[in-house]
This record gives sequence, structure tokens and C-alpha cells, in this order.
Amino acid sequence: MSKSKGLTFKGGIHPSKDGKALSSSAAIQDAPLLKEYQLIIQQNIGAPPKLLVAKGDEVKKGQLIAEAGGFVSVPLHSPTSGKISKIDSIPGPMGIPVQAVVIAADGEDQWGELMESMDWKAAEPQAIKDRVRDAGVVGMGGAAFPTHVKLSPPPGKEIDCLILNGAECEPYLTADHRLMMEYPEKVLEGAAILGKALGVTDVYIGVEVNKMDAIDTLLAKADDYGVKIVGLQVKYPQGAEKHLISAITKREVPTGGLPMDVGCVVQNVGSAAAVADAVVEGKPLIDRITTVTGEPVKNPSNWRLKLGTPVIEAIKFAGGVVCEPGKVILGGPMMGFAQKSLLVTVTKNTSGILLMKKDEITQYQSVACIRCGRCVDACPMNLQPGSLSAAIESEKFDLAAKNNIMDCVECGSCAYVCPSNRPLVQHFRRAKAEIRKITKK
Amino acid sequence: MEVFIAAVIAMAVIGILLGAVIGIAAKLFKVEVDPRIDLVTELLPGANCGGCGKAGCADFARSVISGENPPSKCPVASQEQVSAIAKALGIEVGDAVKKVAVVFCGGDHNQEKVQVLYNGVNDCVSASLIAGGPKGCSYGCLGMGSCARACPFNAIEIVNGLAVVHPDLCVGCGACVDTCPRDLIKLVPQDAKVHIYCSSPEKGAAKMKVCSVPCIACRKCVKAGEEGQFTVDGFSVSVNYDAEKLVDTSIFENVKCPTGCLLSEAEHLKIEKAQTSEVA
Repeated sequence: MSKSKGLTFKGGIHPSKDGKALSSSAAIQDAPLLKEYQLIIQQNIGAPPKLLVAKGDEVKKGQLIAEAGGFVSVPLHSPTSGKISKIDSIPGPMGIPVQAVVIAADGEDQWGELMESMDWKAAEPQAIKDRVRDAGVVGMGGAAFPTHVKLSPPPGKEIDCLILNGAECEPYLTADHRLMMEYPEKVLEGAAILGKALGVTDVYIGVEVNKMDAIDTLLAKADDYGVKIVGLQVKYPQGAEKHLISAITKREVPTGGLPMDVGCVVQNVGSAAAVADAVVEGKPLIDRITTVTGEPVKNPSNWRLKLGTPVIEAIKFAGGVVCEPGKVILGGPMMGFAQKSLLVTVTKNTSGILLMKKDEITQYQSVACIRCGRCVDACPMNLQPGSLSAAIESEKFDLAAKNNIMDCVECGSCAYVCPSNRPLVQHFRRAKAEIRKITKK
Repeated sequence: MEVFIAAVIAMAVIGILLGAVIGIAAKLFKVEVDPRIDLVTELLPGANCGGCGKAGCADFARSVISGENPPSKCPVASQEQVSAIAKALGIEVGDAVKKVAVVFCGGDHNQEKVQVLYNGVNDCVSASLIAGGPKGCSYGCLGMGSCARACPFNAIEIVNGLAVVHPDLCVGCGACVDTCPRDLIKLVPQDAKVHIYCSSPEKGAAKMKVCSVPCIACRKCVKAGEEGQFTVDGFSVSVNYDAEKLVDTSIFENVKCPTGCLLSEAEHLKIEKAQTSEVA
């Protein structure tokens, strides 16, 4: 591996304040058991899972609560043992109310029947894929795309490279960092299992070089699993899958294409660890490592939170707040979602709970574009954010589509560098939604 | 001098030749245009709003002449204009019901709690993509005026953070209906004067937390009204605009809506006006 600066892609930014030091040395802690968990039913992209339980049912930890509602869908399992007190609508992480199963915990946290442990080295790839689906594993970096779907390329698509994303390029988040530090075997074994399922020998884990301790930990054991560790330059959005592929393999995913078009599959390190749990131990995905951080938090730290843990409780685990926060974000500061309610609960893709101080939140006034071109330099997708936003402001969505707005990954690099404070990503999100609506018609 | 004369003659000859070509082409390739299209287009309001479903007034005129649409399908034309067209063409007027748009939400800034500070694009679609917008209710009017900007007749006004349709200006073209990301705007018969200004499917208690004028599905109006005048759907009640006898203001003699979401059109406008003057 290249030790000095690391591999990278064209464009991107480096936020001046990355906030990682707040929580990067805090070891992962198991969250205390709560009295109640509100498990959001749809935690994956794709078809919503089909509910199998009803009010009043007794459930065990790890018991199936909902089964996959289609191919692009995964089942959901109970995070603890207890009784289903109700099925209700709760505030969702996207601001829209969502259906959730409310589980009153019995305090015993007793496992139900686990799936059988698999000898993955001897197993058929299909058996591994089925297990990954049955355990409800999704992309835990943020998108929550069902992992087994990415493992099943359509016929004709040759996959020769698997990349695990340990870049964790979002400022403040340290969950993946701590995972690689504390459970390197799990991550590496997960990587090897995923490699086996895909039938590839080139397995990489890309880690930004600001996590040298994690790189060293992984390197010490990587050879045993046949995994290569790659140092990546510290730059946002290094962890976006297309940019990871570009940095490591120098291949470019075509516009409108998927990583599998260039023979690559990208998975998050958290998902790899969940795959290892599912295959080796037979445990479904019922908890995840989440960073609770930000300056208002008393003890910024990393927690193993059960799915369905309300955000307010997670903040309490971290000692509560020392000053009044101005904003609560699920995910990182660049791509995360600001929340309206603290009753939102942790889902499979909650990588962080970030609190910002009141004076860190600027109520900006956006002014006209001065054509400085900084957004063009920053855009990792080689788009022209300035002129795109002008087209969108005058509702010329066809022009935006012609200029490849659909390639935008909504990373926010353009808005970050814009001296006119233009709400570029918001415009792009709207245009993408409108264009999808038009093409659907 | 000779050069000058030669040039003039050459130009004249070319001119006459080209003129002849155009003249012949005009006779040879003449396109017959139905003169009635111009006539009907002339009689139409000329708003080119697309409310009839056609690409502008001339296109609609064509469809009227071909018999595809009755003249009354034009939502903008007045009764006189429609009968003038029918008379000119010697056809039936047709009996399309006049419709107006209604924004089914009563939650302005006084009634509905703003939960978060919103600092972004002043457009409902964009706002709804960020955490579902700044208002407490995830189903209510965002009040950023996407519908008002889409209205070709300036019939929608944003009053204190709520879009209100002025029924006397609205012609029912439906241009606003698609712009609302919350699907709050519907076209209803012009004769319907009583509406339930709430579209939230949430439970009553959840609605009360974020708004003071929600429909809590108490069904008092359903019991007071005649059968079929209201539709109950889960935790919300709406006026059935297909009912044989539409709800009219006489219902208020029998029932008082506990939250005040069942309102006559006039009352709805009055309240909004009063609040604006208060704020101003």
C-alpha cells in the first residue's frame, strides 16, 4: 500500500474541522437495556418487509418480525425479548411518520433460536447469499441497500473485485473506525465471506490515512484472510462507492451505471462485520455501532445500539448534553439528515447521531452565483453545479437532465465551497425527484 | 451606367421568377385550414392554461370541432362564451360541472406549530424533501407558494403561511393540483360551499399535538348530515362531492365542529383575512 498520502479521485473537499478526535478514542460500549424499543418496519431501500407479528405477541431476541417483501428487501428481527405492545406511527428519520413495531422489553434480553453456524469456506455462494438476506443485512454506511442484492449480479456481469469501504470520510463519525480497531477479525472474515460469495480473489479494504491505527491493526491480520488494505487520501467523499472504485482500481463507473458495470462491488465494513456475525454465529442484524457525538454531547462516544433505540435515549447514554444543541443530525454533517423529533429511532443505517451547537448552525442568506467555479472544482462527479442550479431554479429540468444531474451523488461538496451560500444540493434533490416523476409517467 | 442598368434588370428578372415560383407553390401546396378553428379560438378565453387537458386554446378548439370535447369542457370560459361557441358551431353546450380548487388544510402559522427553523429554497417541493418541511404536521400546507406561482389566474394567495384559493378568481384549470407535494389541492364542484379543511390521515391525538384545527374524526358532522354526504376514511372525514345532495351551510344549524375544520368557504376566507390584518 502507499503509505504517504494515499490513493484518491478527482475533486472533493476536505472540511477544515473534522471533529473525529471527539470520539475516535472512545471504545465501543454496549448500550444499557431500555424498557421499550420502537422498531421502524421499513429500514431498507426497496420493498417494505411484510409484518409477521401482531399486538400482544411475545418475541425473543433475534426472532423474525417481518419477512422480506420482495427480492430487493430484507427481513427484520427483534432487537430484544419482550412483548409487542403496539404497532404505531412514529416520527421517521426522513421527517415523515413511519410505521413501527413497539416492543416492551422484558428485561431478560434472551436470544431465541439462532440460525445454524455455517462453514463458509466449504459453503456454496448461494447459501451465503441466502444467509446474508435471512439475517437482514443491508448497507450500513447510510443507504441501507440490501446486501444480498449487491452480491447477486445479473448474468453477464463479471465481478472481479470487492471493495470494503472503511474510508469513513464523513466528519465526526468514528463508528467504522472503532469497529476496524476493535473487531478487525470480524471485518476481515466478513470481507473474506463476501469475497467467497462473489467468487472474487481481489478483496480490498479502503481506509483513509487519518486512521493509521486502524490500518495497522487490519494489516497485522489481513494476510490470514487474503485481504488487501489500501490507504486512501483524507478527502470527502472518499467513501462514495464510485470514488472508492476510482481511487483503488482506477476504473470509472459509466454515467447512470452501477459499480458492477466495471466489475466491482462495494460494501461497508459495518455490513461485512454483520455478514460475519450472520454466517459464523448465525446472528441476525439487530444492533449496530453508532457514534453519538458533537460538541454539545457530554461524552462523545461509540455505542452498540439496538435497532429501535430512540435518539433521545442514545444521547442520554452519552451523558446527555452540556449546552443546548441547535441541530440533531442522523448520519454525518455532510450527508446526514437534520431531525425534527428526538423520538426518531436508530435504524440499520444510523451511522451517527450528531449534535451541533447553536452557534455552529448558520442561518445563511443565499445570494446570486458569481461564477467563480469553485463548485466545478469540488464536484467529484465532474458536473457543473452552478449552471445546473440556475437551470433548476428556472424549472428547466430537461436541461438539468441533459447535463447529467442524475449522476449527482448529493455529497454536498459544491454547497460546502460555495461563497454565495447557494442551496445547491437542495436544488439537485428537487430536480432528481422531479425527473424521476417525469420518467415514471 | 450600363452596369447599373444591367444590375437593375437582373434583379427584376430574378424577383419576377421567384415570385412566380412562390405563387405556384402557394396554389399547389395549399393546406386547407378549417376556418372554424380560428373562430372558436377567438371565442375562447385565450388563457392557454391547459385546464381542459389540451395543449392550449387552439388545440382545444380543434378538439371541439372534431367533437372530442364539448365547449363546456373549457374550465375558464364563462357560460356566455360557451354558448357563443356552441351557437357558432351549431352544437350542444355539454353539461360539464364547473369546478374550483380547494386547498384542504386550515393550518396557517396561528393554527399550526412550526417545529423547526427552515433555511432553504422557498419552494414547497424542495422543502418537503428536507425532513418533510418545517411545519409540525407532515400532511399540511407548507405555505411556500408553489401552487400560487403555478396559478395562471392569481387565484391563490398565501395568507399567513397557508395557501388559500379565492373561489371567485379560480377557474378550475387544475394547474395548481400537480404542484402540491402534499396533494392537498383538489378540484371540487363550484356549488360545494362547505369543506373539511384537513387532509391528515394521522390519529386525532397526534394531529392535535401539532395543529389546532385538525379533523379528529369525531363524526359529529357525519351524524348531523344526510347519508352519503361525508366519507369517513380511517382517522379523517371528508366531504363527499359526488353525493346527490351536497352539504350546504344549513349543516351548521345542527352541528358545531369542535375543532373548526368543517367550515363554509366564506368562513374560511373570513378567518384568514382577519388573521392577516392582525399580523399586519
